[in-house]
Amino acid sequence: MKEFEPIIVAFCCHYCAYAAADLAGSLRLEYPPGIRIVEVPCSGRVEEELILKAFAEGADGVLVAGCLEGDCHFQKGNIRARKRVEHLRQLLKEIGLEPERLAMYHLSSAMGRRFAEIAWEMAEKVAGLGPSPLRRRTREG
Amino acid sequence: MIVAKPKPFPFLTEQLRPYRKVAVVGCETCVAVCLAGGEREVRRLAQALELERRVRGGVELLTLPLTVKRQCEYEYLEPLRETLKGVEAAVSLGCGVGVQYLAAAFPELWVVPGLDTLMAGGPTALGVWEEYCRLCGECLLHLTGGICPLTRCAKGLLNGPCGGASEGRCEVNPEVPCAWILIYERLRRFGKEELLRHLTPPKNWQLAQGRGPRKLVREEVRG
Amino acid sequence: MKSGSRLERLLSQGEFVVTAEIGPPKHASAEPLIRKARLLKGYVDAANVTDCQTAVVRMASIPAAVHLLREGVEPVIQMTCRDRNRIAIQADLLGAYSLGIRNLLCLTGDHPAVGDHPEAKGVFDLDAVQLLDMVRRLRDEKVFQSGVPLKGPEPRFFLGAAENPCGAPVELRIMRLAKKVEAGADFIQTQCVFDLECFSRWMESVREEGLDRRVYILAGVTPLKSARMAQYMHENVPGISIPEEIRERMAKASDSQEEGIAIAVETIQALKRIPGVAGVHIMAIAWEEVVPEIVRRAGLFPRPQLPEETDR
Repeated sequence: MKEFEPIIVAFCCHYCAYAAADLAGSLRLEYPPGIRIVEVPCSGRVEEELILKAFAEGADGVLVAGCLEGDCHFQKGNIRARKRVEHLRQLLKEIGLEPERLAMYHLSSAMGRRFAEIAWEMAEKVAGLGPSPLRRRTREG
Repeated sequence: MIVAKPKPFPFLTEQLRPYRKVAVVGCETCVAVCLAGGEREVRRLAQALELERRVRGGVELLTLPLTVKRQCEYEYLEPLRETLKGVEAAVSLGCGVGVQYLAAAFPELWVVPGLDTLMAGGPTALGVWEEYCRLCGECLLHLTGGICPLTRCAKGLLNGPCGGASEGRCEVNPEVPCAWILIYERLRRFGKEELLRHLTPPKNWQLAQGRGPRKLVREEVRG
Repeated sequence: MKSGSRLERLLSQGEFVVTAEIGPPKHASAEPLIRKARLLKGYVDAANVTDCQTAVVRMASIPAAVHLLREGVEPVIQMTCRDRNRIAIQADLLGAYSLGIRNLLCLTGDHPAVGDHPEAKGVFDLDAVQLLDMVRRLRDEKVFQSGVPLKGPEPRFFLGAAENPCGAPVELRIMRLAKKVEAGADFIQTQCVFDLECFSRWMESVREEGLDRRVYILAGVTPLKSARMAQYMHENVPGISIPEEIRERMAKASDSQEEGIAIAVETIQALKRIPGVAGVHIMAIAWEEVVPEIVRRAGLFPRPQLPEETDR
């Protein structure tokens, strides 16, 4: 049986994480193949519904990556995003999903290596949890 | 505005367990402004309800996210009639008034409240709402410098402070300033301290409680 | 005479009165009340029976007061606005009067949130000022709060109210006191006094307003039992501050109970010298047995006798 390769949607802020992912690519750093990067203008732009939608569409994990504390281009978008993610993790539990499938990270545009680390960290964690029950159902159905 | 807060998600999933087609109905007025029942909250809840059903299993749930201008007026609910055909139940993200209007407008629809309606108040900081009015039916704010003691004093005292305020904070809840000290300071600024000597008679609670639900008729605007 | 109570008669004769406080039991036996009444008899002119103080359920004030009456101790019942609306309050007071109770302390009451049933609904249909006004009109105008006349004898209570002499701002406190006097207070029981300086300043304002001539002021006195109690009250009891000097005396004392009694006695003697103070109200919280000693040592024993009690 092929080893489970989780699909992880990464909502990446244009000003930091997206650039960091780019940098990771230029540095030829390898990151997990299941990562699907979505560029957003700010992590604060990622509404709860959008994250839920990613799960509804079969994502095994979702990561939201925003700027370091104090560095948000829109002042507090990253802080809002973090609170929202915290809140949503509780809701995930109530929905019946492991809250660990959702995480928030902070980094800067210069942290290409860190981005790759985060991606691996998340992929391993989610791989440990197994496929999302929503994905299973999508496939079965 | 009317301030409300979301009911726990597991409460709603439990209430909706028997149904397959469920509308989530928000309101663009007070509850939208207090981030409890506007369009965004409606979409989020609808999505979450569907996901929960998929994860837990059971019959598939189809949700209809809908938001109306004001849930407390029939004319805004009327246009939903077509859409709601075949819908078994609805979660109302309106205030307690909205829930009841929705139930009354659609007698065949089982309506569940999605919010707990708390108070007439307003935001005092981002994510913080406070009560300002008890809707008592007889405003006394001209006597108290625009600060309502009925609402903002823990005991609703109408004739000055109890003896327990400490450093200007309420003895019952030190997070809150003593309403009567605020009133005193404000009246003093306007040279109106004499108002404090005025004996406010016991409140006419009939105006607040009526004989059952209160009713207002104004002939000059009556249709 | 408004009520003809022993307390009223002594005050009107210019006696420096002594009252004490009795907390009813948290059960259905009158035994502790009877024991405390026997302890205090002859040492106090009247005894207060609290109305579920600090919003904790206890035996109700009125029936507890009847037990004191039977023991020959004149009760002062307390009535708060927390648990009863105007209908229940008036009904209870008619009953209380019919049972021979003549003194009534009108209070707003502690909020349910601070008590043992924090989920209870606080009634607060009236506040203490409105309560005083209502009971004064029952007595003097023979009408219920609604304005409807009574159909027979009116309840004639000697009316008390409470006040915190060290509350701030002073001007606001004095205005509220004046309002209570206007509404019908015949006597005022103050929060316990530890800070004599602040109490004297308050009495000065009371005299300036001429209130000492319109109302009898009974200063509250609480004997401290330990340094810990002093610290606790200072930090946690709303409206009470205990000067550092007293807290230090309690902390340094080898026998803290003796020190607490000595402070109470000194306080009473100092209060007696302040013009306008008509008596003391000793609140020995869960330490009622110390009252006789304090009364004796303060030189207030024996208590004056009345020729005979009014008919009940």
